[in-house]
Amino acid sequence: MITAQRKPMEEIFQSVERFGKILLLGCNECVTVCHAGGRKEVAMLASALRMGRLKQGSPLAVDELTLERQCDPEYAEELALAIDKYDAVCSMACGCGVQTIAGRYQGLPVLPMVNTTFMGASERQGVWAERCAGCGDCVLGLTGGICPVARCSKRLFNGPCGGSSKGKCEISPEVDCAWQLIWDRLKQLGQTELYTRIMEPKDWRTARDGGPRRIVREDMAI
Amino acid sequence: MSDFDPVVVVFACDYCAYTAADVAGRMGLSYPPGVRVLRVPCAGKVEPMYLMNALQMGADGVLVAGCQVGDCHFKSGNLRAAARVKRVQELLEEIGIGGQRVAMAHMSAGQGAVFAQAATEFSQQIAEMGPNPIKQGARRAA
Amino acid sequence: MKSDSNLERVLAAGHFAVTGELGPPRGANLETIKEKAAHLKGMVDAVNVTDNQTAVVRMASWAVSLVIKEMGLEPNYQMVCRDRNRLAMQSDILGASALGITTMLCLSGDHPSFGDHPQAANVHDIDSIQLIKMVSTMCEQGRFLSGGEIDTPPHMFVGAAANPFGDPFELRALRLAKKVAAGADFIQTQCIYDFPRFTEFMRQAHDMGLTEKTKILAGVTPLKSAGMARYMANKVPGMSVPAEVVKRIADQPKDKQAEEGIKLLCEQVEQLKTIPGVAGVHLMAIEWEHRVPEIVERAGLLPRPQL
Repeated sequence: MITAQRKPMEEIFQSVERFGKILLLGCNECVTVCHAGGRKEVAMLASALRMGRLKQGSPLAVDELTLERQCDPEYAEELALAIDKYDAVCSMACGCGVQTIAGRYQGLPVLPMVNTTFMGASERQGVWAERCAGCGDCVLGLTGGICPVARCSKRLFNGPCGGSSKGKCEISPEVDCAWQLIWDRLKQLGQTELYTRIMEPKDWRTARDGGPRRIVREDMAI
Repeated sequence: MSDFDPVVVVFACDYCAYTAADVAGRMGLSYPPGVRVLRVPCAGKVEPMYLMNALQMGADGVLVAGCQVGDCHFKSGNLRAAARVKRVQELLEEIGIGGQRVAMAHMSAGQGAVFAQAATEFSQQIAEMGPNPIKQGARRAA
Repeated sequence: MKSDSNLERVLAAGHFAVTGELGPPRGANLETIKEKAAHLKGMVDAVNVTDNQTAVVRMASWAVSLVIKEMGLEPNYQMVCRDRNRLAMQSDILGASALGITTMLCLSGDHPSFGDHPQAANVHDIDSIQLIKMVSTMCEQGRFLSGGEIDTPPHMFVGAAANPFGDPFELRALRLAKKVAAGADFIQTQCIYDFPRFTEFMRQAHDMGLTEKTKILAGVTPLKSAGMARYMANKVPGMSVPAEVVKRIADQPKDKQAEEGIKLLCEQVEQLKTIPGVAGVHLMAIEWEHRVPEIVERAGLLPRPQL
């Protein structure tokens, strides 16, 4: 899932300073699951914005709406009839949702209310952690199911650096050493010989380094 | 400050604080007249939006009253409530309303005196903070 | 000989090698480099020139390498994977080799969060083992990482680092083996205070036949004070400083602690000479270059062979 976190209120207030009526737009997908931009978070932010602006003596009218999915043009279409009422759309979706709305409603400011953070998984209730960097060429089959690109601070492909200590990364005792995890799992799987092979330099063209990426499925694109 | 009697909403857990409020009444213990007690099935039922709505509708302060730590009928509802109150406090601080306008209290069903004291002290604290600033802002804007 | 490296000659002739270290200045300042280098001249076989060490911006390691080369020292040009992608690395290697740098050390690099620009993007296009292999391929096969031919290939004596004190310990010798397979001609280790663990690491390396294939220089750092000993023990990731070492320095009065640190180092060098497979020492006298002549003298490492 894509994770996100609400922007600081100071930044949000600044970004809506010049508006009197906005649509606060949530998304029912990833940002709902990570409690950043679903219906409940839309209600909270709407309330915070109304109260904050009332206190400042310049009320802000905030309408709330949460789309099934902000990153699909079909759902973005749902706003078409009402959109003219607003000075701006404030999106609580990830950057993909913000851009879909902005792309559809070219004449209207569409502002991000969250910082899209990473592709991650839930470790437990209320805790999410980065798991995938979307590099476009998955190596999990060679690394015991633990990603060195997303989970090693130096994205090393051939084992832990000298800073690995008691299972933790040198950058923080809060961060697991990915290579400790990889090694432990390879041992468990009886695949330690995978470690002894030198992994060759990665072809980063499949990642962001090859330019913005696109997937076209001819069979679906009709 | 003496003539300001703040409106304080108390979300009271049915298993403890709500009964405690009742006990306080039967014991003849008084607490400020602006305190309005709302019964909830568990402090854990109190969503952050309840606190925001209360403030948005004009309450000056909101108190969530749940069971003693370790005594929640639903195991951890009171802990969840406390964590949510903290989160809302941070948000209220960020938007200039004042984090201390919401608070958490813990008590057991028999503790009428604890309820009365918590309600009184919180109400006094809110009285010192003054009225919910959105009310004055709304008047200015009007 | 695969290069013109003095270190390669010293090691090939079977001498117990000594390398030193010099941290480039935080400014466009040649004088401090020259002053530090002067203390090291004739005292060591090669001098590591660090590359934005601890992720703090300093003068380019290739530039400082050239300065000390002109002074007659042999630079061990350090290169980290943190700051450059494969294009920049290969072009720097060509430039360094063309200008007479013959020895280099391939490292991952400390994470930017430790340094003076924690906001920086960390590159890590390739890792240190891939870097070793890339340099080796450039030198030996005359090919870029892309496979393209190099018209005049560089010549480098290629080094790598090893930290026997990082975790997981059972991976440390295996990781060394990968570096050797990638083409590391020599290895410099993290500073050693924990001899039981280092001895075990060397035993594993020796049993795997690695000491036949590469030359291992054991890292030593003189402890200047009890404060430094405690810092190394508690704050440096992947460092093992036994409590008795800290105690030995701390038990001395403040003005005798540095002296005790040098004494300890001399004992360590003697002990290292007895460990099979240790081909030399890498002396990291951090901001203590002026004491290096005294330290190598007292450790019985002089005179350095002239080959």
